[in-house]
Amino acid sequence: MIKAELKSFSNISAEKVKDSILNRYPAKVARKRGKQIIINRVENGDQVPEILANSRTIPGILTMRGCAYAGCKGVVLGPTRDILQITHGPIGCGFYSWLTRRNQTRPETLSDANYMTYALSTDLQEDEIIFGGEKKLKKAIEEAIALFNPKAIGIFSTCPVGLIGDDVHAVAREMEEKYPEVNIFGFSCEGYKGVSQSAGHHVANNKVFTDVVGQLEMRKEGKYIVNILGEYNIGGDAFEIERIMELCGFTLHSTFSGNSVYEEFASAHNADLNVVMCHRSINYMAEMMEKKYGIPWFKVNFVGAEATAKSLRKMAVYFGDAELIERVESVIAAEMENVLKVQGEIRPRCEGKKAMLFVGGSRAHHYQELFTEIGMETLSAGYEFAHRDDYEGRKVIPGIVVDADTRNIEELTVTPDEKRYNPRKKNDEMQKLESAGFTFNDYNGMMTEMKDNSLIIDDLNHYETEILIEKYKPDIFCAGIKEKYVVQKGGIPMKQLHSYDYSGPYAGFIGAVNFYREIDRMVNTKIFSLVKAPWQESPELTGSYVWNK
Amino acid sequence: MLLRHTTDNIIDRKALTVNPAKTCQPVGAMYAALGIRGCLPHSHGSQGCCAYHRSALTRHYKDPIMATSSSFTEGASVFGGQANLLESIQNIFAMYDPEIIAVHTTCLSEVIGDDMKQIINKAKTEGKIPAGKTVIHTNTPSFKGSHVTGFSNMTTGMVQYFSENTGDRENRVNIIPGFVEPSDMAEIKRIAAEMGVQIVMFPDTSGVVNSPMDGKFHMYPKGGATSAEIKSSGDSSFTIALGSLASTQAARALDSKCKVPFEVLNLPIGLRATDAFVDLLRKKGGVQVPEAIMTERGQLLDVMTDMHQYFYMKKAALMGDPDQLLSIVEFLTDLDMKISCVVTGTPAGTKFEKSIKEMAGGDTVVKSGATADTYYFHQLIKKDKPDIIFGNTYCKYIARDEDIPLVRICFPIYDRVGHQYFPLTGYKGGLRLMEKILNELLDRQDRDAAEESFELVM
Ligand code: SF4
Ligand code: SF4
Repeated sequence: MIKAELKSFSNISAEKVKDSILNRYPAKVARKRGKQIIINRVENGDQVPEILANSRTIPGILTMRGCAYAGCKGVVLGPTRDILQITHGPIGCGFYSWLTRRNQTRPETLSDANYMTYALSTDLQEDEIIFGGEKKLKKAIEEAIALFNPKAIGIFSTCPVGLIGDDVHAVAREMEEKYPEVNIFGFSCEGYKGVSQSAGHHVANNKVFTDVVGQLEMRKEGKYIVNILGEYNIGGDAFEIERIMELCGFTLHSTFSGNSVYEEFASAHNADLNVVMCHRSINYMAEMMEKKYGIPWFKVNFVGAEATAKSLRKMAVYFGDAELIERVESVIAAEMENVLKVQGEIRPRCEGKKAMLFVGGSRAHHYQELFTEIGMETLSAGYEFAHRDDYEGRKVIPGIVVDADTRNIEELTVTPDEKRYNPRKKNDEMQKLESAGFTFNDYNGMMTEMKDNSLIIDDLNHYETEILIEKYKPDIFCAGIKEKYVVQKGGIPMKQLHSYDYSGPYAGFIGAVNFYREIDRMVNTKIFSLVKAPWQESPELTGSYVWNK
Repeated sequence: MLLRHTTDNIIDRKALTVNPAKTCQPVGAMYAALGIRGCLPHSHGSQGCCAYHRSALTRHYKDPIMATSSSFTEGASVFGGQANLLESIQNIFAMYDPEIIAVHTTCLSEVIGDDMKQIINKAKTEGKIPAGKTVIHTNTPSFKGSHVTGFSNMTTGMVQYFSENTGDRENRVNIIPGFVEPSDMAEIKRIAAEMGVQIVMFPDTSGVVNSPMDGKFHMYPKGGATSAEIKSSGDSSFTIALGSLASTQAARALDSKCKVPFEVLNLPIGLRATDAFVDLLRKKGGVQVPEAIMTERGQLLDVMTDMHQYFYMKKAALMGDPDQLLSIVEFLTDLDMKISCVVTGTPAGTKFEKSIKEMAGGDTVVKSGATADTYYFHQLIKKDKPDIIFGNTYCKYIARDEDIPLVRICFPIYDRVGHQYFPLTGYKGGLRLMEKILNELLDRQDRDAAEESFELVM
């Protein structure tokens, strides 16, 4: 087998780049970063070097990372439209997470609840910080019920709440007794928990699992009923996935959590398959639902046309119905027509160009697919808040050392539900599928799919960004809003992969086409070549005006 | 409908804020600190706050906003943040080599009670602050005040750390510009230069958060007030503080530390507020108002007279920050517009409410502080429909639902550019504000006019 090596810049040594990064660091920092910057090498198909991930951010280093509250309220729960979300804390946290993540949602009728445009906060003041904020929280819940009359309320804790000792869970229970028709639950997602947003994902998964999933016995009509986990409908991605699901004949029971409603969460245990998009943020839910309800899960990826096709095929094979398999094939064939046409148009203009992706816990991996489809190569990539399994694959999970920061996040013990545990596939069916090469509970991680010698960097920081750009001169750099203008000031187009720069969708087939066009626009614009004014290009004086003076 | 759950049934809320009309202190402190040359703002707390504040400022300015964090974990929240700050200081100087680190606290470090002075002193004695470099700080507990308070606190911190009275009084005026845009700060400097008054202005974010694209990223762009300039403010003969909420505190601190007398003016937005500023600058600088400034004033007044008919009796609803609101309300009432309501989440006190009512009339609803939020503002709009709304980007949801034009003011403006480069302050800024209002009102008239009364000339 010929090993996949980076084509572009094989003359740039990844070792040298790594060294030049580490050189500048104080010794202690260098030691740590040395383990988070890895030169990729894939052996025997899926063996990759170990990377240090999900580890504390170095104080004072310009990091991309946010906090557990952002991961819980912003990422996981934010996209759902009819759980009324109250931030318990001073005003800032609730303000900044208000509509800034671009989760789109589409209520079916004008009278449906939609709280997406509302930011609710207890706006804690000094007195409450000193004497406790529980009283205010209770009052706020009462007022919220009076104003919005919601089915469910989530309470999100910010940093100070944990410290002043407010018990949001006790408040939730008490208020639920008072308002039995409202499901009220609290999240201990104080910003200091864990080391990044990731802790908040876990907190969110746990609470939604214990307090929401399984609350409602509703099953949507259809033969092939699936939940999609870890798709947050940024820029309308979930809408495109919904479109494809419908074309193929799958029934989308619930999406966690793009364009979702409470009732879909509450009855999600009635689906027959969980497919996972963003492994990092939601694998806990998939695992727990399998244990408790017997719903198998596997990883899919709807970013990239090929990846979308592959995922759809896998879902069809899971259900094993010939008719379904055929229908999926015909959808893929029909959709790929336009995709290939646009690819053919754009590929010659993008071929050979180089990308770097540093974002999130899955996108830095997923989006490489789209770049590959238009002939671009990923030189370097890394996650902002992922764990080792997202880099190296789930096989390393048993070996991951649980440190103090992770121990602070509750790990639920889940057992099969006495009444509702129902393995969707019998053992022999599973085995049959598996012996034909079908994988469940699978994620092979980003590194196994990246080329040798590419640079894998966890929790990339500002200084490293500058070095990467200087050494590799990529044609496009992908990260988040805080990095956007830093990179573009340096003359390199920068694509935001959290907010999509306020465009999209990029998922599915239509999304792929949107993305090709967007990247074409960015890497081929002449704007970045206008940096030098004419007099800077040729500063010699030839005008007679100067001579005559 | 985007805000489908908002009704005109106003119930008194005691505990719940819905769609805030303010945000927290550190973002203002971070912004102020960016107005010092070679300064890296540092957020002492968990990294989430810093990420949020940087994101908010980045979206507002579409420019790099650099700031570091102490990145607390649960351990730090239990044992205190000293170790994290000391490590941060060391790493920041090693990696980013700023002249100054400006530390602000967050809710978390405030609740823990970290003693910032003591930690900074410890950093000094442990040799973690290189020679010639400075670490300053301010306390910005978000459970008090708002982003405006944070700006005020950081500006006051600059005085406390830098300003010095060497005994040589200079014929120079300090200007504290308030929580305004870099374009406004540049305009205030331009006016002073035009008038020939020597000034020291701090903070000064012009050139920092609206820096030019030159093909290279500059960690410390050329703008900003230097520490030497801020130091010299202690020797100036007078301080003009613009905007009472954002600037009084620093001016007072400078007076008590360095004996520099001061006067507080409203932000110079609109004709009369700019007049007051120019007049005070003239007196304190000992100069005549030059022809060029008179021309600018005359042009502003000219358009006011020319277009008066389109403003007359038009009803406006305003939400924003108190200092801006006071001046804008004055300007709008000078144009004979009616003010239906004025809302700010920043606690602005009864004096603010009284001042607004004095200008706008007793019927105007004015509310500031707790639960004076965008939700309430929307309810007021539903009850008494205005012709035009003034507010930040979040007001666009109201504008669309109610089909009322919006003029974007204050923080944040996430969805338009312009505020970075074109001021609202000064006579020129007044012209720009008028142009913005006119464009909205006249576009609306064009859109809604019957075909036979569609006007060519307006
Ligand atoms: S924890 Fe406090 S400082 Fe941090 S974002 Fe929230 S309100 Fe602001
Ligand atoms: S990786 Fe990015 S897209 Fe996925 S959950 Fe995380 S933040 Fe969202």
